[in-house]
Amino acid sequence: MDFIFAGFIEAIHLLFGGDGQTWSAVAATLKSSSGSMAASLTLGIPLGFVLGYFDFPAKRQVRLLVDTALALPTVFIGLVVYAFISNRGPLGEMGLLFTLTGIAIGQTILALPVVVALSATAVESMDRHLRTLLISLGANRRQLLLSSLWEVRYGVLAAGLTAYGRVMTEVGISMMVGGNIKWHTRTITTAIALETGKGMFATGIALGLVLIAIAFGVNVCLSFLRKK
Amino acid sequence: MQTKKQIVVKACVIMVLTLMIAVPALAADKVLMMATTTSTDNTGLLDYLAPYFTKATGIELKWTSVGTGKALKMGENCDVDVLLVHAPSAEKVFVEKGFGVNRREIMYNDFVIIGPESDPAGIKGKNVVDALGAVRAKGAVFASRGDNSGTHKKELSLWKATGAAVPEKESWYVQTGQGMLATINIAAERNGYTMTDRGTYIKYADTMKGNPPLKVLVEQDEILLNQYSVLAINPQRCPKARFDLATAFSDWMAGAEAQGLIRDFKLLGKPLFVPNAK
Repeated sequence: MDFIFAGFIEAIHLLFGGDGQTWSAVAATLKSSSGSMAASLTLGIPLGFVLGYFDFPAKRQVRLLVDTALALPTVFIGLVVYAFISNRGPLGEMGLLFTLTGIAIGQTILALPVVVALSATAVESMDRHLRTLLISLGANRRQLLLSSLWEVRYGVLAAGLTAYGRVMTEVGISMMVGGNIKWHTRTITTAIALETGKGMFATGIALGLVLIAIAFGVNVCLSFLRKK
Repeated sequence: MQTKKQIVVKACVIMVLTLMIAVPALAADKVLMMATTTSTDNTGLLDYLAPYFTKATGIELKWTSVGTGKALKMGENCDVDVLLVHAPSAEKVFVEKGFGVNRREIMYNDFVIIGPESDPAGIKGKNVVDALGAVRAKGAVFASRGDNSGTHKKELSLWKATGAAVPEKESWYVQTGQGMLATINIAAERNGYTMTDRGTYIKYADTMKGNPPLKVLVEQDEILLNQYSVLAINPQRCPKARFDLATAFSDWMAGAEAQGLIRDFKLLGKPLFVPNAK
């Protein structure tokens, strides 16, 4: 039990004592997660909007697929991405294995269904009368789309934050694709796994607290988007 | 005047920018990628050796530490340049299949069988074959890694040495599928036996303030030696593998400097590996 308290003290040392390895892991975590979030939001928000806004054949089946993809296990994604970018895999030439870019690709696959499913839900639960109102006010098709998108911004923000939480905390993809290489692809979560394997439980707890601190920082940074 | 909101926004922007830029980029053009087993990394041996290697050869060593099975698979897939592993029979198959070349023995450490002080199956001081026979006869709890790691393979070979089948489905044979330390903890919780490498046991005993519930009961049997070897990935099969760097690493590890460093490496004051390169 006492290692939990020791971990708390150590977390403060790691963060403010300028520990190079910790900051390298923090940077690796932020870089891979920023890359994957940029990609999954760019792809996911339009897809989610289309899925929630328009009616098209097989919509229910597509929705079912997206919802199922929410349950993709991270180790499985890691394994599949590894198979593709391994040197003997179809994309081996690109040299993505053991890189942060490789991790970001896997994390995009993890985050995309979350963004699509939750923004589609946000669009679906939008007030149906809004559309009628806007049309009656003389809005053209483009204005109609844009105002609808603006109307669901909080739902989309929530989708992004949920996806970010999954991406920041996953360990399967980072471990399998990144390889947990010191100074290069060691993220905070793979560092926790390593320290736990070494029996350094206090350091593991400390790194976990560091991760929570970053998540807090990100949420503070985004909170001004919430209120006017 | 700045509002509170503006200050927060600026702080956030600065934080993100600093982190994006300030990354220790150790840009060396000669980078050797190695797959190795968790034991070399978890004991801190590689963290200790890597700077000496870089100093002597100018090559940056990057490694990923995984189970031996996965390390061999990564070598087979040409994803790494060199391997440092400990599963001699699997390594020989690896070389026979043409995946690896120049297998070179570097060092060894040893395994021990640990169990509760009360020793319900009475294995203390016995040799491995008799000890495992007694565990089986008694049906005492035995925790196994069950993860196809080098350690797990070793344990399976011990059961085979007893002349009977591996107790795969017996209720007393607990396959954890987890790392060594987690497996020791499970054995301790169940008041059972397990086999571990000495390094992990030294660390475990240290975290228990030198009075662990599980003690070393069987050791010093020749069958418990654990040989580590370096293998270069076959450059004919994997043209992108850095065979020159892998050879440099292999030569350095077998040379006088590294062998001396390995001999001097101690974990909590206790030597861990015995260098034996020829």
